[in-house]
Amino acid sequence: MAGGIKKFVVGSFDDEAVLFPAVKQVRKAGYKIHDVYTPFPVHGLDHAMGLRETSLHTAGFIYAITGTTTALSFMSWIFTKDWPLNIGGKPHFALPAWIPITFELTVLFSAVGMVLTFCYLCQLSPFVKKHHFHARATDDLFVMAIECTDKTNEAELQSFLEKAGGKEVNVQVAETGWWIGRYDKEQKLYRDEKGY
Amino acid sequence: MNQKFELTGSYKKWTWGLIVVGVLALLYGFIMFHPFSPVSHGAHGEHGGEHTSSTRFWAVLLQNSVYWLLVVNASMFFICVTTMAMGGWQVALRRVPEAISSVVPILGIITFLILMAIVWGGRTDIYHWLDTEAVANDHILKGKSGFLNAKFYTIWSAVTILLWWLLGRKMRSMSLDTDKNGQMDYETGKKWIWKNTVWASLYTVFFGLTVASTIPWIWLMSIDAHWYSTMYSWYTFASTFVAGMSLVALYVIYLKNRGELEYVTEEHLHDVGKFMFAFSVFWTYLWFSQYMLIWYSNQPEETKYFIQRIGTADKAGPYKGIFFLNLILNFLSPLLILMKKGAKRNWTLVSFMAVLIIFGHWIDFYQMVMPGTLKDHAEMMPFEFGIAALFIGIIMWGVGRYLTKNPLTAKNHPFLKESMIHHT
Repeated sequence: MAGGIKKFVVGSFDDEAVLFPAVKQVRKAGYKIHDVYTPFPVHGLDHAMGLRETSLHTAGFIYAITGTTTALSFMSWIFTKDWPLNIGGKPHFALPAWIPITFELTVLFSAVGMVLTFCYLCQLSPFVKKHHFHARATDDLFVMAIECTDKTNEAELQSFLEKAGGKEVNVQVAETGWWIGRYDKEQKLYRDEKGY
Repeated sequence: MNQKFELTGSYKKWTWGLIVVGVLALLYGFIMFHPFSPVSHGAHGEHGGEHTSSTRFWAVLLQNSVYWLLVVNASMFFICVTTMAMGGWQVALRRVPEAISSVVPILGIITFLILMAIVWGGRTDIYHWLDTEAVANDHILKGKSGFLNAKFYTIWSAVTILLWWLLGRKMRSMSLDTDKNGQMDYETGKKWIWKNTVWASLYTVFFGLTVASTIPWIWLMSIDAHWYSTMYSWYTFASTFVAGMSLVALYVIYLKNRGELEYVTEEHLHDVGKFMFAFSVFWTYLWFSQYMLIWYSNQPEETKYFIQRIGTADKAGPYKGIFFLNLILNFLSPLLILMKKGAKRNWTLVSFMAVLIIFGHWIDFYQMVMPGTLKDHAEMMPFEFGIAALFIGIIMWGVGRYLTKNPLTAKNHPFLKESMIHHT
């Protein structure tokens, strides 16, 4: 799963009010924001970062349709072909009686499917390891990681980020994406391994 | 920004055009259907008096008056519930449901007159329980006669309409007071919100006692006097609430097109659209629960209601088409069309869906009223649509009057800021 080793300029912000203008400035200057890590969901940050609309709902709709089809086809096969039973003199194809189960399976498929898709998109899973740009991103800091390309002048970018209000600005080399591993067992960083 | 809102010529033309069409339909009904001719007591059917053309007159008036009254009344319910929930997002468009609810007194009086003409005119073809002779020999109706009798019907209908009117007027006047009194400081604002909340909860409790329970029982469910369903009132409420929200959406879009409601954005439309979507699904939930339980238990006295409408496996009933059209209009199309976020933020699509939903629930009320009164002889002709036009015209007139008389944004509402920065 690992997306390759890349170089990042990382800055931390301790206030939303500083973060938003900084995001705007960085984008305006033409730098590529890798991601902004926040301790809690920040309203409107996705807009400011110019992220596209999530397609999670579309995935949810597809899972739901799958659930509906599964329930209806399975029940109609059982009750009309595989094992027809006379239940209270009702017709074998008893659609009203199946609607509640169809509904439940629709909800179940879409809910479970969407949770799993969400975890996949957020690169969350047990036994999965991901580089942390700053440990306090889970506590009280908004951490912005800017991806460096061949043309990026790191020193210039660092001072730019500091001017925009960033604190603890530094350069990190990290594996993008995610990979199998455990934090409690495997403490060796890629940086050390590769000798950067 | 224009302080006073002016109605366009085309709005006025439509209003008076619809009213004229409606009055012509009403006159046509008076001349052709002999509404005050006595009900023939010839052969007593399941439901009392034989139906005549006058039955059609009263059934259509009953369907339309009750439907449109409950639709405009749903606006006040929306205001009160959002007030109680300390909602802020709706403040930018709050004057719209206020304007719609200002029609409640007018439609309330009209509905009351129609109901009284039916009950005291002895229309046993509409309400079988009015037939004292039949009730005396009927074990089931005798048991219900403590509730289903002309006196209780009159008093409770009068109290209901009067309280909807007075409590609604109180809510509106508190809102209009803020225009005169200027910006509130923190303490006055808090007091004002608290006062609003108290009145809103009074209204909501009374709404629960009426729309969500007794009123649909006596006005509509008692048409099929032997039959009953515990889902019925919720079903009626859901039906009229979703149509009421659609009406709010239509007026919001209309005013936005005219360049008014400066703080309303597509974020607000999105939330109104969510109400239309969610309560369409809620309506279907009740529709289905009512249908499935009766289908499953298969008790003759309960299935009768659906046999009258969709018929049996051997013989299709006369309302089968309308019955399933109802489900397509009010469930499938809102579900599939309004599901996407983009659809709820699309002004054109929401206005189209709003018209569809209002029409769909009018059809819903049609199939609630007609099978029990007109049996297999219901019609959907210019007369039916003409009476609907009359009520739409009256609503347009009343709403237009309120909109031109009062500022369109409650500028001093303490939660206005919250509504301005609202985003979903």
